[in-house]
Amino acid sequence: MAYVLTEEQQMLSDSARDLFKAAPVALVRELRDQDNEVGYSQDLWKEMVEMGLNGLLVSEENGGMDFGWRGMGVILEECGRTLSNSPVLTTAVAAHIIDRYGSEEQKAMLTEIITGGKSITIALRSTSRMSADECIVTADGDHYLLSGTKQMVANANTADYILLSALSDGVEQYYLIENSDAVQVETERYMDSRMYSRLSFDSVKLSQSALVGVAKAQRAIATTLISGLNALLSAELLGLMTEAFERTVGYLKERRQFGVLIGSFQALQHRAADLYSEIELVKSIVIKALDALDDGDPIATAYCSMAKAKASKIAQLATNEGVQMYGGIGMTDDEEIGFFMKRARVAAEQFGSMSYHADRFARLSSY
Amino acid sequence: MSLEDFRKEVIDFIEANCAESMRQPMVKESDTYWGGRNATFQNEDQERWFTAMAERGWTTPTWPKEYGGGGLSKAEAKILKQEMDKRKCRPPLLSFGIWMLGPALLQFGSEEQRQQYLPDIIQGKTRWCQGYSEPGAGSDLAGLQTSAISDGDHYIVNGQKVWTSYGDKADMIFALVRTDQSVKKQMGITFLLVDMDTEGVSTQPIKLISGKSPFCETFFDNVRVPKANVIGEENAGWTVAKYLLTHERSAISSAVDADMLTPLSYYAKNSIGVDETGVLKDSILRSDIVEWEIDAAAFKFTLERINEEMKAGQAIGAKSSFMKYYGSELNKRKYELRLQVEGADGLVWDGERTNEGKVARQFCRTKGNSIEGGTSEVQLNIISKHILGLPS
Ligand SMILES: Cc1cc2nc3c(=O)[nH]c(=O)nc-3n(C[C@H](O)[C@H](O)[C@H](O)COP(=O)(O)OP(=O)(O)OC[C@H]3O[C@@H](n4cnc5c(N)ncnc54)[C@H](O)[C@@H]3O)c2cc1C
Repeated sequence: MAYVLTEEQQMLSDSARDLFKAAPVALVRELRDQDNEVGYSQDLWKEMVEMGLNGLLVSEENGGMDFGWRGMGVILEECGRTLSNSPVLTTAVAAHIIDRYGSEEQKAMLTEIITGGKSITIALRSTSRMSADECIVTADGDHYLLSGTKQMVANANTADYILLSALSDGVEQYYLIENSDAVQVETERYMDSRMYSRLSFDSVKLSQSALVGVAKAQRAIATTLISGLNALLSAELLGLMTEAFERTVGYLKERRQFGVLIGSFQALQHRAADLYSEIELVKSIVIKALDALDDGDPIATAYCSMAKAKASKIAQLATNEGVQMYGGIGMTDDEEIGFFMKRARVAAEQFGSMSYHADRFARLSSY
Repeated sequence: MSLEDFRKEVIDFIEANCAESMRQPMVKESDTYWGGRNATFQNEDQERWFTAMAERGWTTPTWPKEYGGGGLSKAEAKILKQEMDKRKCRPPLLSFGIWMLGPALLQFGSEEQRQQYLPDIIQGKTRWCQGYSEPGAGSDLAGLQTSAISDGDHYIVNGQKVWTSYGDKADMIFALVRTDQSVKKQMGITFLLVDMDTEGVSTQPIKLISGKSPFCETFFDNVRVPKANVIGEENAGWTVAKYLLTHERSAISSAVDADMLTPLSYYAKNSIGVDETGVLKDSILRSDIVEWEIDAAAFKFTLERINEEMKAGQAIGAKSSFMKYYGSELNKRKYELRLQVEGADGLVWDGERTNEGKVARQFCRTKGNSIEGGTSEVQLNIISKHILGLPS
């Protein structure tokens, strides 16, 4: 696998960039200011569905485009640049799991997901620390009963389906369920202006066909979900920090103090140059993680956690430096740099925090 | 030949020529081979590994075959490196000729000069040193004052260089000299090759904080140097000098990369130990090590990526400043951690048990990484100006 994009991936990247141009950061602000309950633009979501983005990780046989993780990464990177929110991350990844492991019945759902725009949210272990699952599944005749809670489930207020993990006899299993009235959804707006929910299940009845994949496949599903979601979030963070950095450098070339451009101050130059260097590293590790997933290389597990830990850290640095170098105006709600900071913090916590992933990498390296 | 066949050939070649002892970390000075007129091999294994590599021109894998280089494509050279790394093979030859002068000769040397100098670099016959810095010209390199006055078809060189690494061991020096005092400082510099055996050249070793003394003061006292030894044009040496620096900087970052073959966590596990779940016993140090290892891997991938993004033959330019900056800071961080990892043993300075205080001395030596080849601050200046386009 190469670091440089193929022609096909480059075209995908270009059309994604065009698409998200219509959804600038101003749109995030608008949705927030309207107290929009959905938290993302449904028009944009429609266009994303039309582009087939929900099927990027699905085989052609099942109606997808099979662009692979690297291709999906290109989309998330563009989302990161404009802070564009949508259910595409979780829907596309869940569709991939269905494509790889799902039953025939579940695969039959792929059409309405890819072309019909039905969305899926994903609820992994309970918190961003990824501690043991608090959801439990027990057998009840020809049904299962699901009880427990989940936190920070993105877009669960609008999702049609939920892909979730739960413990069955102490073993982590994955279920695809409808987001029905039986599920209690308490939704809050987070710092990044997006909607996240706490889900509670009180003996919710699941049919046996809700289980995704055979018993043997559960570990592989868990690994793919944790690795894949985090590699893609890292790609989003890469886009986010690149945009924040470019804006900051732009400001250094524009703002004057003491009769000169502030970009001529060496104290700021060196910090900008250091940040540039760090972002170069993030770019490489993100590509490496996505490529390893595409290659089915077992090292992907380590690379994805490395990518998430590093991308989270540098996104933090880039957005902090951004706010500082903008000065007072960086602290205002009018200036967009703050939106980047807020999204960076939330993305860093989703599906495993920075320290969870640093620890995961160390354990995988046997220390 | 397909790349897969090439890989097979490389593996067979390594297995046949690189003895087990050449796959151990280089600990003693004599474990490294620098070549040159007075060089001797440490043992047969070292000689066999070097000779086999030099015969194929693989001491310089991508240099053109016409000068004795390996003539390998980028993809082939990558395979060679991968297979050598995998087996932790020592580099067969360390050489300023390979890292610095060679690329400059390929770019700016006349055909005659290339024929004259490149084969001897590849075959390890000439050992080169670098005469850039002077007591009054470090970061402000263009302020150098060593003068070269025209005298027929020769120059008479007078002045002093400093921090000349291995000046006392080298056969030849590539030096920057002032040939015009009357113009803007960058415009009066010439890039000149001088034989260290010429009358009037002398060196004086300087002791480093590591206790070793691989660098010298170098004095030029009425040294006669043929004008044929100018690379590029007279007074156009600054361009050559800067080009060479970009190669020096990428070489420093690759050396850092090569030194990372054994992970820090390996040493940490050995000296600190792990608990029953396999986790390193010192949890605070562990998190610093994790952070470092992630950075080290990401840096390695970045070197690969930059290498791939560059079209064949394209100059690396200011990117080399980023590589040098990050690589040297990374190496310093590594040895700070290594000292903590080793505890008391890392502090020993003398004696066989610790290979003459290898870790402590190496720790001290790494502090020079962010000074040699242009300081970290100078690299950040270059990134700001030439990559980010920030105003001066
Ligand atoms: C181990 C080692 C090996 C070396 N080998 C060689 C060799 O073989 N041949 C050779 O020619 N030279 C060699 N050098 C010399 C090296 O290139 C110089 O030391 C280096 O360029 C710095 O110059 P200086 O020592 O004069 O420091 P100075 O230039 O005096 O710098 C002092 C401090 O000021 C800072 N500073 C200077 N200018 C600026 C600026 N514009 N902005 C911000 N900060 C600035 C520097 O970053 C540094 O921290 C070697 C050095 C070392 C340490």
